[in-house]
Amino acid sequence: MVITVKILAIVPAFNEEKNIGGVVESINGADANIDILVVSDGSTDGTVEKARSSGLSRVVNLPCNLGIGGAVQTGFRFARRGDYDIVFQFDGDGQHLASEIEKILAPVQDGRADVVIGSRFCGNDDGYRSTLSRRLGIKVFEVVNSFLIGQKITDNTSGFRAYNRRAIAFLAHYYPVDYPEPEAILILGKNGFRLREVPVRMQARGNGHSSISGIGSFYYMIKVLLALLVCCIRPREVKE
Amino acid sequence: MGEGINIHIIQYVAIAGSLLFIALVLFLISRRKLREEFSLLWLFFGLIFLGLSLWRRSIDIIAAFLGIAYSPAAILLILIIGIISILIHFSIAISGLTERVKILVQEVGMLKMEANEKKSGRKS
Repeated sequence: MVITVKILAIVPAFNEEKNIGGVVESINGADANIDILVVSDGSTDGTVEKARSSGLSRVVNLPCNLGIGGAVQTGFRFARRGDYDIVFQFDGDGQHLASEIEKILAPVQDGRADVVIGSRFCGNDDGYRSTLSRRLGIKVFEVVNSFLIGQKITDNTSGFRAYNRRAIAFLAHYYPVDYPEPEAILILGKNGFRLREVPVRMQARGNGHSSISGIGSFYYMIKVLLALLVCCIRPREVKE
Repeated sequence: MGEGINIHIIQYVAIAGSLLFIALVLFLISRRKLREEFSLLWLFFGLIFLGLSLWRRSIDIIAAFLGIAYSPAAILLILIIGIISILIHFSIAISGLTERVKILVQEVGMLKMEANEKKSGRKS
C-alpha cells in the first residue's frame, strides 16, 4: 500500500508577472506531485493571469495587499483546509531554487523535524547570499534569535522553509504580519517545535524590485527586533 | 517644607504609575489583545515618562532649554506630543483599515453575485 504524502508549495507573489511563470514551472519540473498555490498579494500587474495560464497551479488573488506574512498565512490556511501533510514556501521572485526543494523536505518527511529552514549561511557554497547590509542584519537576527530560543539558527530571514502538519496548524493561526521570518522562528521555538536548518543555495531575484530596501530595511529591523523582544513575554500558546 | 514633601510623593506616584502602565501594555501584548505595531509608541512614551519620573531634574533641564518658565508645563508638553503621535498613528491605521474594509465589501458583493448566479443556474 502506497501512502501518498500531500505536499503543497506556497508561492507568495507581489507584482511578479515576469518571474511567476518560471517559478511555477520549476517547481513542477522538480516534482510534479507537488501541488502549487500561488498567492498574489494584491498584485496590480499580470501576475495572476500569468500564474493561471500555465494551468500548473491554483491561484489566490487577494483583494488587497497584506504583506508577505498575510500572503503566506493564506497558504497555511489553505493547506490546513486541504489536509496537506507538508507545506513549503517558495518565493515568487525567483530567488529560491527548485533543485533545493528536496533538501528542505527530507527532514520533515523523515519526521526528524517539524520545521526545516533552508539556510544560505550554514554550508560552504557560493550561491547568492544577499547584499552586505542585509547580511549584517541577518547576523543580528542570528545572534538575537539563537539566544532567545537556545538554538543556533543562521538564516532567520530565509523564507525557504518546510513545515509539517503540526506547524501548519499552528501557523495558520499565528503568523506575524510584517517581516514574519525571524519572529516565526521565535514563536515556533518557544512553542516546542523542532527546528532544523539545512544548507541551500539561492539566487538573486530575476526581475523587478524587492519590497524591502534602503532605509525601509533599517526600520523593519528595529521593528522586528522589538517584536522579538515582545514575543518573549508571551506565554506558550501550544497546549501539549 | 510642606512643598518639599509633596514633590517627593508625586515623584513616587509618577514612577509607580509609569511602571504600572508599562506593565499593563506588556500584559496586553502577551495576551494578544494589543498588536506590537500599536504598542511601540505606548511603550516608547511610557519609558520616557518613567525616565522623567526617575530623574526629577530632567524636567527642569528640558524646560530651561525650551524656555518654559513653569517646568511642569514641560511634562504636559511631552505628554501632549505623545498623545498626538499615538492618535496620528491610529488615524493612519484606521485609514488603512477603512480602505481594506471597502475592498472586502466590494469583493463580497461580487462573490455573492457569482454565488447567486451559480445557484440559480443549477436550479434551472
